[in-house]
Amino acid sequence: MIEWNKHSLLDLRELNKEEIEMVLETAKSLKEVSLREVKKVPALRGKTVVLLFFESSTRTRTSFELAAKRLSADTINIAVNNSAMSKGESVLDTARNLEAMNVDMIVVRHACAGVPNLLAQNLKTSIVNAGDGCREHPTQALLDLFTIKEKLGRIEGLKVGIVGDILHSRVARSNIMGFTKLGAEVTVCGPSTLMPPGIESTGVKVTYNVLELIEQCDVLMVLRIQQERQRDKYLPSIREYARMFGINKEKLRHAKKDILIMHPGPTNRGVELSAEVADGEYSVILDQVANGLAIRMAVLYLLLGTHGKAPAGE
Amino acid sequence: MSLWIKNAIIVNADKISRKPQDIFIEAGFIKKITASSDTPQTLSKGGAVNSIDAQGKLVMPGFIDMHVHLRQPGREDKETIETGSRAAAKGGFTTVMCMPNTNPVIDNGMIVKAILDEAQRVGLVNVIPIGAITRGQKNEELSDMFELKEAGCRALSDDGKSVVNSQLMRLAMEYARMAEVLLIEHCQDPNLSGCGVMNEGRTSTLLGLKGDPGVSETVIVARDIELAHYLNTRIHLAHISLKRSVELIRFAKSQGIRVTAEAAPHHFTLTEEAHESFDTNTKVNPPLRTKEDVEAIKEALKDGTIDCIATDHAPHTEEDKEADFDHAPFGMIGLETAVGLVITELVDPKIISWAQMVERMSAAPARITGLCHKGEISEGKEADITVIDPHREWEVRRQDFVSKSKNSPFIGRTLKGCVEATICQGRVVYQREGVPGL
Repeated sequence: MIEWNKHSLLDLRELNKEEIEMVLETAKSLKEVSLREVKKVPALRGKTVVLLFFESSTRTRTSFELAAKRLSADTINIAVNNSAMSKGESVLDTARNLEAMNVDMIVVRHACAGVPNLLAQNLKTSIVNAGDGCREHPTQALLDLFTIKEKLGRIEGLKVGIVGDILHSRVARSNIMGFTKLGAEVTVCGPSTLMPPGIESTGVKVTYNVLELIEQCDVLMVLRIQQERQRDKYLPSIREYARMFGINKEKLRHAKKDILIMHPGPTNRGVELSAEVADGEYSVILDQVANGLAIRMAVLYLLLGTHGKAPAGE
Repeated sequence: MSLWIKNAIIVNADKISRKPQDIFIEAGFIKKITASSDTPQTLSKGGAVNSIDAQGKLVMPGFIDMHVHLRQPGREDKETIETGSRAAAKGGFTTVMCMPNTNPVIDNGMIVKAILDEAQRVGLVNVIPIGAITRGQKNEELSDMFELKEAGCRALSDDGKSVVNSQLMRLAMEYARMAEVLLIEHCQDPNLSGCGVMNEGRTSTLLGLKGDPGVSETVIVARDIELAHYLNTRIHLAHISLKRSVELIRFAKSQGIRVTAEAAPHHFTLTEEAHESFDTNTKVNPPLRTKEDVEAIKEALKDGTIDCIATDHAPHTEEDKEADFDHAPFGMIGLETAVGLVITELVDPKIISWAQMVERMSAAPARITGLCHKGEISEGKEADITVIDPHREWEVRRQDFVSKSKNSPFIGRTLKGCVEATICQGRVVYQREGVPGL
């Protein structure tokens, strides 16, 4: 196995295939920790991880916090109201103050693209991107890859569909990077007004026909649609969106028998995904959440642990 | 006061002197130009006048920048008339026209006079304020154009934004035609550009940054060309950044429509890929575009579709720029790097000639703004002169900027061609360290 020499995880764009696979391998061996009676290993004892969230989050923040705790790191949660922030201290200043207290890692989520890069360029502390604006959400894509690999045994050659608001989705961008690097064939689908210009240049296909997409997919990733897209005039109505792009049992009639339905959460049930499908036989949504923990443990372990190798038999 | 520039190869927009010339300056004007070989020995031996030896240098009419932000009044922490004048002098500019998006906005005669007084006190370069087209740049009612003109404005602009309302722009153009004052349009439809922070396209998609589509510029370019045609008047288009805009302007000129345009050095030297690092010093409005656009701007500067080069010098404090990409302000400083960038990127690769450089940086802006005693080195003209070393290579270094702000994406770059001395109204206002003379 290759050496891990990354100090921060900013995006999947900067990771190569081998590095992505190394995270997945590491997660595989760490997943077991959460199944033990004592759900803790001492790998990161004495390390401090700060969760610096400028956007609200339940699942991702909890997942990172649990991941750190299961590796015995100390965690601190800082939730910053964005509007209060914009007038006072800058993001960089806040992070510099944290660094002065000798924290080992800052996990950051921010509404602006590039904030993790800004911190990584100016600090020595390890930075993990937990979502930056519309750019990337690398641990989400890693956990999606992990889940698919667990369920289907491979990524290469799979046909993956991503449906929804591609324009504003950092999950879509990270997944496109991850899937294409591991050899899957990605098609994105959504309203034309929510399709980012030049998206084809990332190596994906574009379709506006969700039924055609469903027919050929091994994996269908459904994205959350924000209610404000109607107000911002991207969509005539949420109702029409649900009718044209919402995934329900009826639309899945032509799907492959072992299709995987994924969603990064939180779901708008009845809008982009019907409850029936979200809880149905094809859905792996809760597996994604469980695997998210393992992936984040792997990321923390690789960035902060005794570098170099996956933990043997831990 | 008198000044003698010896051994000058004089570059005018239409002619380069074949043999070295001596330029004699008195009372701020060019009194006499003679072949250096004809200059009496007695004069060259006597120490009666100050002199500069321009041996091996190019001597050009002082550069005129139609588009700078001096930030005074209002944001003196970013730049002042004094520091901006110093930056201009160091950059070879003898005249700068400062945009009215100050606080308060330059929309009445009192503020124009206050700026002119301060520029006079500083006494380095000519500072000519540009007044607002609409009062308070609010896009609601016209400013008092006659008052602004009488106070000293030669041009009006709502720079920073377009005059969005087409009817208001029509009225502004009609009124400005009567008042004989130039209108400068910042071409950007705010509804289309939205919260965009960079050019919309493949790179904005990759970086997850909000895109400002090129069409936000071109719809206003096209609209203003049509208004100029309909009203049979003229319009000057600021900081053109796109191939499509160039094509529209080229078409308009071929039809005889009186449109003129400027381009900024960063738009013919940098592309949107510069944002990959999320360096906020690359964030500028209009945004950096694609390679194709950069090539089109160069071509337009070569064939004259774009008449002149203007820096859009936009100083910002480090505190303001040290933000995330979305919240950092737009703009970069440009006065001190313009000459180096023009020579390195346009003259040295033979895209434009030395004479064309003078046309784009001095003669054309003088003509467009009606400064009939500037833009040329000849007897009787004002003694605004820039001396250039065409060969000297230098590195852009943060600590060397004399502008109050240091927000340049060119720091670290090596440029060819540098300003040796700047003479404004017959006075040496800048001389590079180590240059002999005086």
